Amino acid sequence: MKNFVYTRADTTGGAIALLSQQANSKFLGGGTNLVDLMRENIEQPDALIDVSGLSSAGISDLPDGGISIGAAVKNSAVANHRLVRERYPLLAQAILFGASGQIRNMATTGGNLMQRTRCHYFYDEAARCNKRVPGSGCDATGGFNRMHAILGASENCIATHPSDMCVAFAALDAIVHVEGPSGQRTIPFDAFHRLPGDMPHVETNLRPDELITSIQLPGLPFAKTSRYRKVRDRASYAFALVSVAAALDTENGLIRNVRIALGGVAHKPWRAYQAENVLGGAAVSIETFQRAAEAELAGARGYGYNDFKIELAMRLIVSVLSELSAVGGQR
Amino acid sequence: MTELGLDSVGPDAASRASTMIALRINGAAHALRIEPRVSLLDALREYMGLTGTKKGCNQGACGACTVLVDGERTLSCLALAVQYEGRQITTIEGLGELHPMQDAFVKNDGFQCGYCTPGQICSAIGMLREFENGLPSAVTSDVSATLMEFSDEEIKERMSGNLCRCGAYVGICAAIRQAHESGVTL
Repeated sequence: MKNFVYTRADTTGGAIALLSQQANSKFLGGGTNLVDLMRENIEQPDALIDVSGLSSAGISDLPDGGISIGAAVKNSAVANHRLVRERYPLLAQAILFGASGQIRNMATTGGNLMQRTRCHYFYDEAARCNKRVPGSGCDATGGFNRMHAILGASENCIATHPSDMCVAFAALDAIVHVEGPSGQRTIPFDAFHRLPGDMPHVETNLRPDELITSIQLPGLPFAKTSRYRKVRDRASYAFALVSVAAALDTENGLIRNVRIALGGVAHKPWRAYQAENVLGGAAVSIETFQRAAEAELAGARGYGYNDFKIELAMRLIVSVLSELSAVGGQR
Repeated sequence: MTELGLDSVGPDAASRASTMIALRINGAAHALRIEPRVSLLDALREYMGLTGTKKGCNQGACGACTVLVDGERTLSCLALAVQYEGRQITTIEGLGELHPMQDAFVKNDGFQCGYCTPGQICSAIGMLREFENGLPSAVTSDVSATLMEFSDEEIKERMSGNLCRCGAYVGICAAIRQAHESGVTL
């Protein structure tokens, strides 16, 4: 690992100023991804600004029935918070399905959004990767791409976003609060991460001088009937092949409201708007769920080893919605 | 050359090079001169001589380096030592002569070669604390419920961050169950 200058920030403003003052500097949260990437020489910052102790650490109740999660709050603290478990079970589950107990104790909420793909070719300095070396090519496209994207990919990059937590955030229409030298602003969750296009090395719409300060979850009463399902190559502590975060609200056999997001399928947490459009107002039935799943995956494309993900994603959507409609009952 | 003989060239050499940090390890304060890039794991093993904590994968995949930080299980390989100033760090050496969890591992054959064992034991102690604090897991059927059953399924899921290549999982599981039943805490 290349050496660097370490500074612990005491305030958000101080952290942002330090980032601007030091060339090639980065914020450090829990370090669970960044330290690993630095050890592999994929990331080589000259300075780290530790923001893990900032006072944004906390979860608060909001007047609209939502909550605000400080960027420095640890994964396990979010998953164990009463308001999260009661109002957004899909979020608590998504976090608990990610990583390991040790990593969830270390990793921060803001850091989770900023983590990078686990594409083997991104990690392998001997491989071509447009994300690591822009313009060098992509060895995943014709390589072993079992873990790779089936939606929204480009010829330049078929990497997936590795987060579970972010899949729940996408389903919940989270709002990302950020702060930079010119002040504060918010970014809707779906606009936070980017599709690869021809710039796969630019992964988010966070400006280089901005810091994530908190994640706001709008009130969503029907999120009480929600869940996160993850399919992976082993029963625990593995990244998703495909995952689904969904919340369902039914009344008199009709779907009143629904939220669906997919993980493991794209360069960003994938909000399933096509499926939601089919489902809204439709009758609760396996056939409806099937039509919705097909609509969402209509534009999917496999790259060989990951072809199975298309069928898997459709089945997972149907399965989770079936389960939720049984749990939610026919009100 | 700095004392550590590394990276002493360049305009930022002075600030990048070694710095004094204070760590609280197993109840005692220690001053260490280290570079910012030194992991907590290397600080423990190479600078403190506390070799009970093991280096397995050095990338957060195996759990052999697990220590307790303020009672929470933590991967010391992914932790930069400078980030852990002022925190209470407990390693396997700090658990006392024979901690009840260690005793349970001995009585239940919770290891074969023993390399993953310090990490398994620290992780198990941290895991029991999480369970007692009501933290659900991926196999908890209702995350909004306040009561959970301490089943083997829960133990396996919660301990999935600790690999044992000898495959002593059955013994590890039995040890943790026994330690839980006898009310083990740190």
